[in-house]
Amino acid sequence: MQRIKETLTHWLQSGQVDRVLGWKEGDMPGLREPAFFENAEELKSLCYDAFCGPNLSKFLIAAGEKDGVTAVVLKPCDSYSLNELIRENRVQRDRVKILAVPCEGNIDPRVFENRGVLSVSIEGDQLHLTTLYGEENEPLARCFLERCTVCRGGRHAVYDELLCPEAEETPQKGDRFEAVRELEEKSEEERYAFWQETFSRCIRCNACRNACPACNCRECVFDGAALDSRQKAAAVPFEESLFHIVRAYHVTGRCTDCGECSRVCPSHIPLHLLNRKMILDINTLYGPYQAGDSDKGRSPLTDYTPDDCEPNQGKGA
Amino acid sequence: MPKIGVFVCHCGSNIAGTVDVEKVAAAARTIPGVVVACDYRYMCSEAGQETITKAIREYGLDGVVVCSCSPRMHEATFRRAAEREGLNPYMVEIANIREQCSWIHKNREEATEKAIVLMRAAVAKVKRDTPLTAGRSGVTRRALVIGGGIAGLSTALDVANAGYEVDIVEKEPTIGGKMAQLDKTFPTLDCSACILTPKMVEAAQNENINLYTYSEVEKVSGYVGNFTVTIRKKARFVREDRCTGCGACMEKCPSRKAKNEFNCGLNTRSAIYIPFAQAIPNVAVIDAQHCLKLQTGKCGVCEKVCAAGAIDYTQQDELIQREYGAIVAATGFQPIRPYQFGEYGYGRYPDVITSLELERLMNAAGPTDGELRCPSDGRKPKNIVFIQCVGSRGQTCRDKSYCSKICCMYTAKHAMLIRDHWPDMDVHVFYIDVRTPGKNFDEFYRRAAEEYQVDYRKGQVGKIYEEDGHLMVQGSDLLEDRQVLMPADLVVLAVAVEPSPDARKLATMLTASMDNNDFFTEAHPKLRPVESPTAGIFLSGMCQGPKDIPETVSQAGAAAAKVIGLLSKKELTANPCTAHPEEVRCNGCGECEKVCPYGAISYEEKELRVMGRREKRRVAVVNTALCQGCGACTVACPSGVMDLQGFSNRQILAEVDAICR
Ligand SMILES: Cc1cc2nc3c(=O)[nH]c(=O)nc-3n(C[C@H](O)[C@H](O)[C@H](O)COP(=O)(O)OP(=O)(O)OC[C@H]3O[C@@H](n4cnc5c(N)ncnc54)[C@H](O)[C@@H]3O)c2cc1C
Ligand code: SF4
Ligand code: SF4
Repeated sequence: MQRIKETLTHWLQSGQVDRVLGWKEGDMPGLREPAFFENAEELKSLCYDAFCGPNLSKFLIAAGEKDGVTAVVLKPCDSYSLNELIRENRVQRDRVKILAVPCEGNIDPRVFENRGVLSVSIEGDQLHLTTLYGEENEPLARCFLERCTVCRGGRHAVYDELLCPEAEETPQKGDRFEAVRELEEKSEEERYAFWQETFSRCIRCNACRNACPACNCRECVFDGAALDSRQKAAAVPFEESLFHIVRAYHVTGRCTDCGECSRVCPSHIPLHLLNRKMILDINTLYGPYQAGDSDKGRSPLTDYTPDDCEPNQGKGA
Repeated sequence: MPKIGVFVCHCGSNIAGTVDVEKVAAAARTIPGVVVACDYRYMCSEAGQETITKAIREYGLDGVVVCSCSPRMHEATFRRAAEREGLNPYMVEIANIREQCSWIHKNREEATEKAIVLMRAAVAKVKRDTPLTAGRSGVTRRALVIGGGIAGLSTALDVANAGYEVDIVEKEPTIGGKMAQLDKTFPTLDCSACILTPKMVEAAQNENINLYTYSEVEKVSGYVGNFTVTIRKKARFVREDRCTGCGACMEKCPSRKAKNEFNCGLNTRSAIYIPFAQAIPNVAVIDAQHCLKLQTGKCGVCEKVCAAGAIDYTQQDELIQREYGAIVAATGFQPIRPYQFGEYGYGRYPDVITSLELERLMNAAGPTDGELRCPSDGRKPKNIVFIQCVGSRGQTCRDKSYCSKICCMYTAKHAMLIRDHWPDMDVHVFYIDVRTPGKNFDEFYRRAAEEYQVDYRKGQVGKIYEEDGHLMVQGSDLLEDRQVLMPADLVVLAVAVEPSPDARKLATMLTASMDNNDFFTEAHPKLRPVESPTAGIFLSGMCQGPKDIPETVSQAGAAAAKVIGLLSKKELTANPCTAHPEEVRCNGCGECEKVCPYGAISYEEKELRVMGRREKRRVAVVNTALCQGCGACTVACPSGVMDLQGFSNRQILAEVDAICR
């Protein structure tokens, strides 16, 4: 933490950057929120720990509208999102300076949701909660976000300075497609029932869309009048499903699987399953592809090679 | 509300036989905005068009829907009619109720219901049509012919003689194609080289023709009248401007084990070679795979013996960019290698050969100097068995489903020539049918069978095996209704033809369509047989389907006429249905440029007014002269910002809505 602040203070003071994008303490215990810091004094409130879940890369689109260079603190998985935004010309590479920080996993706030927490902290291998009702402990290993249980590893896809080079080698964990495969095994009726039930919990708060770095249109089709889609979506009983299906297609090939959608959903809808199904299909049909791996080139869906698979070659969705 | 007229065509009984046209018209009348709807026997006839123009006049129509055949057939007709009456031609929509409805349905009720749905969709679309104005674009007065076989040469000569420049790109070191390998040609039995060579020379000497041999098309962009093509001129390692074709290098080259392609691999050649005596250009080429100098760095003999100083081991492939108004595909064919027919033992028994190999064995310039010899031991054959239709007309996955068309005739030719030169040889032909439609063709076959006593047997060969060093052919004779077993010194397989293996890659570059067998498809099998459905791309020769030389040359001439027709135009009507981004919502992500096959999209920093604020940012810009309206960008744009005039997202969704209602 100390080194992060030192580096950033130095960048600010030496004029290399005009502002810093990082996290500060949120309004509630155990929550951190994205924040801009303009000077050394403000930087004092910057924090970085296992509670810093939010992916900061999307805020760089807005930062790009201001002059100068913005420094950003990036966890490994967030760096893929930023790289994808650079590939899509949404963020200019020379307008950001990236401090790559290692990550040991983010705490899932759901663990202490509805428990009247006053404060949370990590004590050894326990998550320690002080609640209205007293002191409680949760084994830390069970407190991580789903995305961290299938972490892609410590590598940053893009950075200017590595805080901790050895952490880049941290290997990948688990199989992120396991849950998708389990769903694929189910019958069509079972899958339909699963998604209907799941999506019926959606309250259309748009949190997923707002957090998603790939959802960065200037005007969302669900808001705009351009295609009459606003009314249309609302006119059918299938609305929530439609919203999520359209969104999944919208980000296909561009979704880096950063997991923000599932993290921010107040209804705990496992949106990552939908995105991972698309990723898995792309991998099977066009060969392994990781969006955000590179800031150049084409995603498999906007690329064509004569030996691409034929339309009906894929297996049933 | 715009005033719409709906006109339902019977197309004789083509549509009216399956679709209740009156009911379609009646259904149209119930749609808000439709002020007139009627049916007529032939809408495309003069009287039919008159019905439309009269209605435009009387009702002051803003839009017209014609329910008829495919827009490919008559969209232009109806647009012209509307234009004559002062209505913008792009305010006309076609509902295809023939190809997409009446022709494919049998049940009258269902077909009628579908026709009504298609009509409704077209009405929904026409209501959102906006008048469009077509621009104009110029024409580059030069044609590209891909493939220098007899087809490509004939087309090129015809176009060049009409006064236009033509480039020929040939992937082999010489022009000539398969015809150069043939000995004599049916039905007149004139020597193939004698009639082909003058054409090759004529092409080389024609000042309007530019030859790019040992070259391939690497990239194609642009559109009818304005193609840009990148040609890869492969390194020959011999300077074309210096080589005199003396052949000294070929004699001295120590690497002599390369298979001689021109002789179908029946003998070998040196690493540096000229494919055959009459090759054009008469320039050597080094086969890098077999060249000792290029492989190991040691040798350099050819450089020493070349008096002209033409050898250059450092030569690199050269990329050349050229502009063309029209492109002709003339990539020809190849005979299949019949390894999959294990029962015939091709590849296992050296004395089982293909017909093209036989052409080389009978050719005076071939590996045996024209003396027919068995490849195994060089003995003179006594019994020769021909098997027709190997790999053609089959029903299994090893066969082609089509008839290769030329094999009956060239087998008759081979049989006749053998009996003529070597009357002591016995010739047997196994056939399924003998097909000889063509001028003087049946007479030709009968001469072989009757005058030259070739033993024609209706039936197929089941097996060829070796017994005591002799090949035995076991087959059936359907007319005598019995199995036959005969010894053979030489077995000749008349194998199926297939398109050149690179044709598909080329078709993709040209965005020209192909059939399941990889033959190029024509725009209309009867009425536009030498045009590809892609504007500006024409078809010549075997690449479009099996043909003999007379047919190839006629088709080549027809393709030339089409090319000349195009190149003689001063300008072309451009397509007004182009894409345009809604700048305010474009975020400049760059996806659209990646998918545009015509390179029509670029990005610009533009100053925009967004909600009263000025801001400068990167947005997509479409060059409407290049845009072909394919619509790829409209679906690639993640923000739905790209839209196509005449096929806007709104219109398409309105159509979908109308269908789903
Ligand atoms: C054994 C046999 C005997 C025959 N005998 C007779 C006969 O007696 N009488 C008769 O009328 N017909 C005969 N034919 C048919 C005749 O050979 C064809 O009709 C004729 O050759 C077709 O000409 P083409 O130019 O279309 O194709 P091709 O001769 O195949 O020429 C195509 C040319 O295109 C080139 N090419 C291919 N792909 C590319 C590419 N991607 N880029 C650049 N260049 C390319 C090839 O190298 C070739 O030079 C015979 C055929 C066979 C197999
Ligand atoms: S419609 Fe779009 S992709 Fe197609 S040619 Fe025009 S600009 Fe290019
Ligand atoms: S794809 Fe759409 S948003 Fe992206 S640059 Fe093209 S028009 Fe703009």
